[in-house]
Amino acid sequence: MNRIDARFAQLKAAHRTGLIPFVTAGDPSPEHVVALMHALVEAGADLIELGVPFSDPMADGPVIQHASERAIAKGVGLADVLGWVAEFRQRDADTPVVLMGYLNPVEIHGYARFAREAVQAGVDGVLLVDCPLEESAVLASLREAGLRQILLAAPTTAPARMAALCESAEGFLYYVSFAGITGAGRLSTSDIAARVADIRAHARTPVAVGFGVRDAQSAKAIAAFADAVVIGSALVERLAGADEEGEIAARARAFLEPIRTALDAP
Amino acid sequence: MSTIDDFHAWPDAQGRFGNYGGSYVAETLIAPLAELTEAYLRLRKDPAFIAELDRDLTNYVGRPSPIYFAERLTKHVGGARILLKREDLNHTGAHKINNTVGQALVARHMGKTRIIAETGAGQHGVASATVATRLGLECVVYMGAVDIERQKANVYRMKLLGAEVVPVTSGSKTLKDALNEAMRDWVTNVADTFYIIGTVAGPHPYPLMVRDFNAIVGREARAQMLAQYGRLPDVLTACVGGGSNAIGLFHAFLNDRDVRIVGAEAAGEGIATGHHAASLAAGRPGVLHGNRTYVLCDDNGQITETHSVSAGLDYPGVGPEHAFLKDAGRADYVGVTDDEALEAFHLLARSEGILAALESSHAVAQAIKLAREYPKDGIVLCNLSGRGDKDVHTIAEREGVEV
Ligand SMILES: Cc1ncc(COP(=O)(O)O)c(C=O)c1O
Repeated sequence: MNRIDARFAQLKAAHRTGLIPFVTAGDPSPEHVVALMHALVEAGADLIELGVPFSDPMADGPVIQHASERAIAKGVGLADVLGWVAEFRQRDADTPVVLMGYLNPVEIHGYARFAREAVQAGVDGVLLVDCPLEESAVLASLREAGLRQILLAAPTTAPARMAALCESAEGFLYYVSFAGITGAGRLSTSDIAARVADIRAHARTPVAVGFGVRDAQSAKAIAAFADAVVIGSALVERLAGADEEGEIAARARAFLEPIRTALDAP
Repeated sequence: MSTIDDFHAWPDAQGRFGNYGGSYVAETLIAPLAELTEAYLRLRKDPAFIAELDRDLTNYVGRPSPIYFAERLTKHVGGARILLKREDLNHTGAHKINNTVGQALVARHMGKTRIIAETGAGQHGVASATVATRLGLECVVYMGAVDIERQKANVYRMKLLGAEVVPVTSGSKTLKDALNEAMRDWVTNVADTFYIIGTVAGPHPYPLMVRDFNAIVGREARAQMLAQYGRLPDVLTACVGGGSNAIGLFHAFLNDRDVRIVGAEAAGEGIATGHHAASLAAGRPGVLHGNRTYVLCDDNGQITETHSVSAGLDYPGVGPEHAFLKDAGRADYVGVTDDEALEAFHLLARSEGILAALESSHAVAQAIKLAREYPKDGIVLCNLSGRGDKDVHTIAEREGVEV
């Protein structure tokens, strides 16, 4: 069974809300990505979203843009990211890893080659922000290799299309809490609760909610109606500038642990 | 040459030109793009809309623009006759206004109250600010910090026209980053905002819509050729940044298989130096800004920084229809260096009394090369996409002259 599906099955059995941190691979330090991933798991991550840096991150706000720029400036590329996942897998066989990013690095790497190497490295799914359902034929080789294609749904998504997304979802469906870019922080839980409840009733998969989740309080509010919460920009911001392994891991834990605690509180 | 029967049949309903184009955008933009596509496909067939657009093009833009026989330039070169399609004579000084007048009308029909745009050279920003203020719409223009520095006059023009110019400091701080930032604005303000993209790039329906609005250039030129010369030209040429003035000229001629088509990309300091913006001549298929096309990127898929003396050609992608025409063998795309463009700029200024935009000077340089390949009774039709007033400071600086 794919690790993503297994993990969500466990969460459901335990009546727990999933916690999904996002970090940009290679930021704050390309040397300590694997250590950072382990620290996230120790602090309570159920699944890790690893951002593949891209030069033109159209859907991202300044925090993740700058993290990508810093990683690219240090020479980080897709091959490095796959290498880090493989290294992470030597000590963690269970925590699902989803690569999140944009299509061009995968297109240039070659879809079939990427699919083979990603599965071999221990990647479980991909979320390619600029590859909507209509264009996802290009990802056929990824799906055949067993990678889950994580789809996004948004407040602007029309009802008929939402039905199609619910039907095609694999792994989990990622609901973007507001129309905007990552890190903008316009979260309004009352607006989205009903919509997410409706999506959960129809989707073939669990539903994760992201964008605008910054801390224990906002995570807890989302947990009231979602299967999992995704936290990106606030974590990336907290990690920025740390360069030693101990410091990076300590910041990751200090950020994530209170959120885990809040999610698990009755 | 090619297996395509009808070049006018593209794009298909998904916005694809063969393997290129499409709509590679985040989920949030799917609905606004669908709304735009629906509105535009309706308006492009609506006689009232077409009449409204024609009136604006005639009375506000100043169309039709003439085709002008550059006789002294032709004599100097000693080859085929060089004809210039004078888009530099349009209101605001470039072809860009053809598109912004059209999109502004679409925006008004859709009830949008706020216009955003990206700009490189500032020509599209000025053309957007112009139409926005004329329709009483708010206007925000995103412009790379590097481009703001080299196109100061246009920045001031936009401000005079009431637009807010927002400097973009991410990435390479040029046109591609301005486009990213405008997309981010749009995704955040989709309800009231209309994004006027300035070239035939972006997701469907932009490559179609921007091409349609610029295709007036080629339709006029084709009719003018037949009326004044009784024949079509041997070869067309235009500069290619994103490709809007080029597809504007080329489109009406695409099914005239005897008319050769050559696009001039910015070869900067020379393609071999790596400092250029020749996406078609030196790039590879990839995905950028919502469409599949030729892009300049490294082996990690990171879009590379481009170089051209002309800000308007400094773009690492290109409209998907050009990628399609290249692969179909219908058009060739070649590089013209900064130095060649500058030389053509001066030659045109001194022989014809026309200061061409640096972008357009690339086309003039290519027209000169092509003229040498044809006999004296041949005709090269060159799109003079814009006037050079905006560039005089850049040229003076480059040549060490105090203004
Ligand atoms: C005068 C002029 N020509 C050409 C261009 C390049 O754009 P495109 O390739 O879309 O025509 C620009 C862009 O700013 C321009 O100002």
